[in-house]
Amino acid sequence: MIELDNVAYSYGGGELLSGLTLRLAPGSFHFLTGPSGAGKTTLLKLCYGALVPTAGHARLFGEDVRRMDRDAIALSRRRIGVVHQDCQFLDHLSVAENVALPLTVAGEGGGDLEQNLIELMTWVGLKSRADALPPELSGGERQRAALARAVIMSPEVILADEPTGNVDWEMSQRLLRLLVELNRMGKTILIATHDLGLIRSAKTQVQARVLRISNRKLQAAGVDL
Amino acid sequence: MRLLQQTPGVASARALSEQEQQALLEPWFGPDLPLADLPVPQLIEIIEEGDGFDGAGLRLRLQAEVPGAVLDDHTRWRRPLVAAAGKLRLLGAVSILLIAGAVAAMVTLAANAALAANAQVIAVLRLVGATDGFIARAFVRRFTLRALGGATLGALAGAGALLLMPSAGETAGFLTGLSFVGWHWVFPLLVPLLTAAVAFAATAIAARRVLGDLR
Ligand SMILES: Nc1ncnc2c1ncn2[C@@H]1O[C@H](COP(=O)(O)OP(=O)(O)O)[C@@H](O)[C@H]1O
Ligand SMILES: [Mg+2]
Repeated sequence: MIELDNVAYSYGGGELLSGLTLRLAPGSFHFLTGPSGAGKTTLLKLCYGALVPTAGHARLFGEDVRRMDRDAIALSRRRIGVVHQDCQFLDHLSVAENVALPLTVAGEGGGDLEQNLIELMTWVGLKSRADALPPELSGGERQRAALARAVIMSPEVILADEPTGNVDWEMSQRLLRLLVELNRMGKTILIATHDLGLIRSAKTQVQARVLRISNRKLQAAGVDL
Repeated sequence: MRLLQQTPGVASARALSEQEQQALLEPWFGPDLPLADLPVPQLIEIIEEGDGFDGAGLRLRLQAEVPGAVLDDHTRWRRPLVAAAGKLRLLGAVSILLIAGAVAAMVTLAANAALAANAQVIAVLRLVGATDGFIARAFVRRFTLRALGGATLGALAGAGALLLMPSAGETAGFLTGLSFVGWHWVFPLLVPLLTAAVAFAATAIAARRVLGDLR
């Protein structure tokens, strides 16, 4: 679904990532870890076409990112749900409207989807907060709203960047359960996190592969972590 | 009279009646003027036709045959005024061009500012899968409608002001006749449409530029 083939990336200085090869197979569950500043967010951006590799090839659903025009990139974002590290909501819209935003910009809407939205809000436990504005949400609520927005288009792949970044343990377990549930429904999941505890508890629920960025390269992390 | 009627270029020559003379003098001397008691000369109205008459020749002949007659050619003092009116019209056309340019610049600046202020919104829209077309349309529509509304109000106010101007009647003459006549009223209707078109183009260009920086 998403393939990185000998990819390198640099923001202009030295190479941040180099010689990366990664294949996200349908239905797989991956963790991406590494110290802060290692390039996890950068790698995820390469995976959803926000960045173009400075060397090598990135392919989204078989199409080389370098050959995709802007509209193709936009359309691919409807098939890849992204939970961004900083969430990024439109603060003047309600939580429900923010969650439905991908539908709005895709020009979709209507009774059926309305029901979907309510179910989704219930699933992430935000039904009672649907009319709140994003700045009124707690950290955990924001992360769950971001997850709801990432999955509303029924994407095949979900990329989550530090989805448990600033929430307590209880909430991070709850978010993890949601992601595991999505994986059981057949979605491909990639979670970037530096929270090793989260990875450990995930391993009891799902068969997950752990990748670590170190020395600009991607390595399969050992079972011991 | 006969002499005037025989002069080539004269369409008609007609002696003004006493009432008409009185009406002409009234603004200056008041209505109670006893015209009969005053040595007011008899006025004869001459209306030109074709290329007009030979003023100098007519004057000479009048002098020979009717020594008291004076020929007063109105076109002589009217000509600079007609020229001034023409200049005024040119000035108007140039100002319209300048105003159109200023509107385009203003709308472009406003669109750029609004798009910059909304850069965050645009980035989010882009992140959740909005195409450039969707984003540009959303902003272009808003700006075009706004420009259309503003220009319509402006055009209505302008047309209203012109309606209040003295009408270009016979007495007012061509200098005060700034109002539109007949089909010329189409022009103020064009103003909002042209402004909207300018706003549309300016916003579309500005939106594309902001989006170009964003993947
Ligand atoms: N837009 C950017 N321009 C320049 N440098 C950047 C940019 N984004 C990130 N970096 C740098 O790249 C490195 C990796 O960043 P990031 O991918 O966010 O790491 P992580 O998500 O693992 O913490 C950091 O040193 C960061 O400062
Ligand atoms: Mg990061």
